[in-house]
Amino acid sequence: MSSRERILGRVRRALADVTPDDRPYAEAVPREYLREHGERSVAQTVELLAENLADYRAVVHRADAAELPLLITRLLAERGSREVLVPAGLPPQWLAAAGPVRVHDRAADTAQRLDRVGSVVTGCAVAIAETGTIVLDGSPDQGRRRISLVPDHHICVVRVPDQVVSSVPQALERLDPARPSTWISGPSATSDIELDRVEGVHGPRTLEVILLG
Amino acid sequence: MTGTYLGMPAFPRAAHDAVRNPVLRGNLRHATHTIRAKRARAVGELSDWAALREAGRRIKDHTLRHLDRYLEQLEESVTAAGGTVHWAVDADEANRIVARLVRETGESEVVKVKSMATQEIGLNEALAAEGIRAYETDLAELIVQLGEDRPSHILVPAIHRNRGEIRDIFRSEMGAWGRPAPEDLTDRPADLAEAARLHLREKFLRAKVGISGANFMVAETGTLVVVESEGNGRMCLTLPETLISVVGIEKVVPTWRDLEVFLQTLPRSSTAERMNPYTSMWTGTTDGDGPRAFHLVLLDNGRTDTLADRVGRQALRCIRCSACLNVCPVYERAGGHAYGSVYPGPIGAILSPQLRGTASEIDASLPYASSLCGACYEVCPVAIDIPEVLVHLRERVVQGGPAVRQGNKVVLRPARGHAAERAAMRAARWAFSRPGALRAGQRLASRTRRLHPRTLPGPGRAWSDTRDLPAVPAEPFRDWWQRTRGGKDGVR
Repeated sequence: MSSRERILGRVRRALADVTPDDRPYAEAVPREYLREHGERSVAQTVELLAENLADYRAVVHRADAAELPLLITRLLAERGSREVLVPAGLPPQWLAAAGPVRVHDRAADTAQRLDRVGSVVTGCAVAIAETGTIVLDGSPDQGRRRISLVPDHHICVVRVPDQVVSSVPQALERLDPARPSTWISGPSATSDIELDRVEGVHGPRTLEVILLG
Repeated sequence: MTGTYLGMPAFPRAAHDAVRNPVLRGNLRHATHTIRAKRARAVGELSDWAALREAGRRIKDHTLRHLDRYLEQLEESVTAAGGTVHWAVDADEANRIVARLVRETGESEVVKVKSMATQEIGLNEALAAEGIRAYETDLAELIVQLGEDRPSHILVPAIHRNRGEIRDIFRSEMGAWGRPAPEDLTDRPADLAEAARLHLREKFLRAKVGISGANFMVAETGTLVVVESEGNGRMCLTLPETLISVVGIEKVVPTWRDLEVFLQTLPRSSTAERMNPYTSMWTGTTDGDGPRAFHLVLLDNGRTDTLADRVGRQALRCIRCSACLNVCPVYERAGGHAYGSVYPGPIGAILSPQLRGTASEIDASLPYASSLCGACYEVCPVAIDIPEVLVHLRERVVQGGPAVRQGNKVVLRPARGHAAERAAMRAARWAFSRPGALRAGQRLASRTRRLHPRTLPGPGRAWSDTRDLPAVPAEPFRDWWQRTRGGKDGVR
């Protein structure tokens, strides 16, 4: 007998005392929790996102479409990065004024090569106001998962209010499970020393979020 | 579970040593009190916490009662998405599968994301025996690995270490494993984190094989979820060419939507954050992004035995948040090592004796490692009634009875060392079923009350050293009732 059959057989024998429940799953599990917490206007939701991002030490900026290229240029210059990683589908005008050399997100580049790049600029799939989270799903303006991981400085552009939802349930509704996703809430951190949060371990130690709208 | 834990002394003896270690007690008190207050605030932000907790409980219970169906569905979804599913009945089989998969890549080193399942099966030791070096990349796991120590907390395995001790371990041990710590390393947490970043980065960048566990597996879509803080998880999950995930069969949830419950309750319960810094979700393999090969090893290792126990099976709802450890007065004083398992604290006291059985001294003592105060049940985000399971397991230890071990029905024999307790209970049963004898005994006890000792003689002495014996009333209750009709006539 294969281990698969053995384990499934053990599960079935273990459940011999359980009365069958053939209700559809939606009925078997009542969900009386809220779809979102509190009532907010669109502007208030964006404001809450900004607050919660900042609370976990992300640096929050705001810009409209005209100001965005100059803002990105300034942030890259302040950081002093000589190279910036660029996902294939990033709108070209975002980096129109930027000084650093563009390094394109290519499968052939090694992780060591990416480690020498100072900054990365991406879009995002959705942002969650209640938790201060941005979610990347590998769409063309976000690129491969590793490009927002290896460089130490991540600039993420969130289109407000279209990409902003209030809550975790609303975010999951917008995401496609088939795409790999990365949920980011502030810069990399750890609670491993005396259970207190310290920023800055392996992921980008500086996370800058630009609310574009 | 692992060889490291074989021959551990019973909980009372191990705890006896731990409570006399003032540094350990100080470290634990500081850490657990810090997190308790923060957790309460994080949970308080959600007005629907009780409803989320109830939904989490129901989702897990529903999944467990149809576990065979959801495991088959999960296998189908993962396979359709480009992954390969393996099944492991026990730790040995899981270790053999992982070692073979690593050997087939031609590599002799792997990077690991913190995972309770791989700790439980002793994967690092098994790989070492095959000539494969496993690097732990979680900061706390790194501290434990470098210090040749054992984990003492589910979420923060090095919680028993303070910053000064961590600095000393980094200074003396990092060099033997790779990039040494800076000469002038201080004990500032930020500097310690920086030292870990530099030490591990070269390992991440060259790694060809990553090994992880998972917090959740979605049957409907084949998606795996890893919740973490540091980014070491993302490194291990996305940079290597091959990813091997070892996951307990109870980690499956039916639908994508179910994540909306646990992604709200888990971070707030564990690190007391609205959301942990990083969560990775992946479904099989993705062309051109991340590992080209993905293997999922589904682990039983005592879980189906636990599932067979009507009372104890609720322990399989656990999402490993560790909130129960942080509130437990026993854990706070005894520390994690005394539990003799990778699963310490209240959840460990009900999980280890079920996964491993109650044959060993340490496992038979774990159900007693509690004052039954119930704080663990209060904070549990999936409402595991830990005190109920503790009492149930105590009964099993003392009385023995039917259980399932390695898939077979067995009848457990009563543990040695509880003979006096069993004799007392038998005597009580005899007396309570014979009203005449009970009445005679109670009257005798009342009349001789002046002669009763203040402490128990013989083996009962240790018990009465710290407790008063209950005083026997001058008149048995039933006599008083007969005489007064419950206070209606006569005495008021």
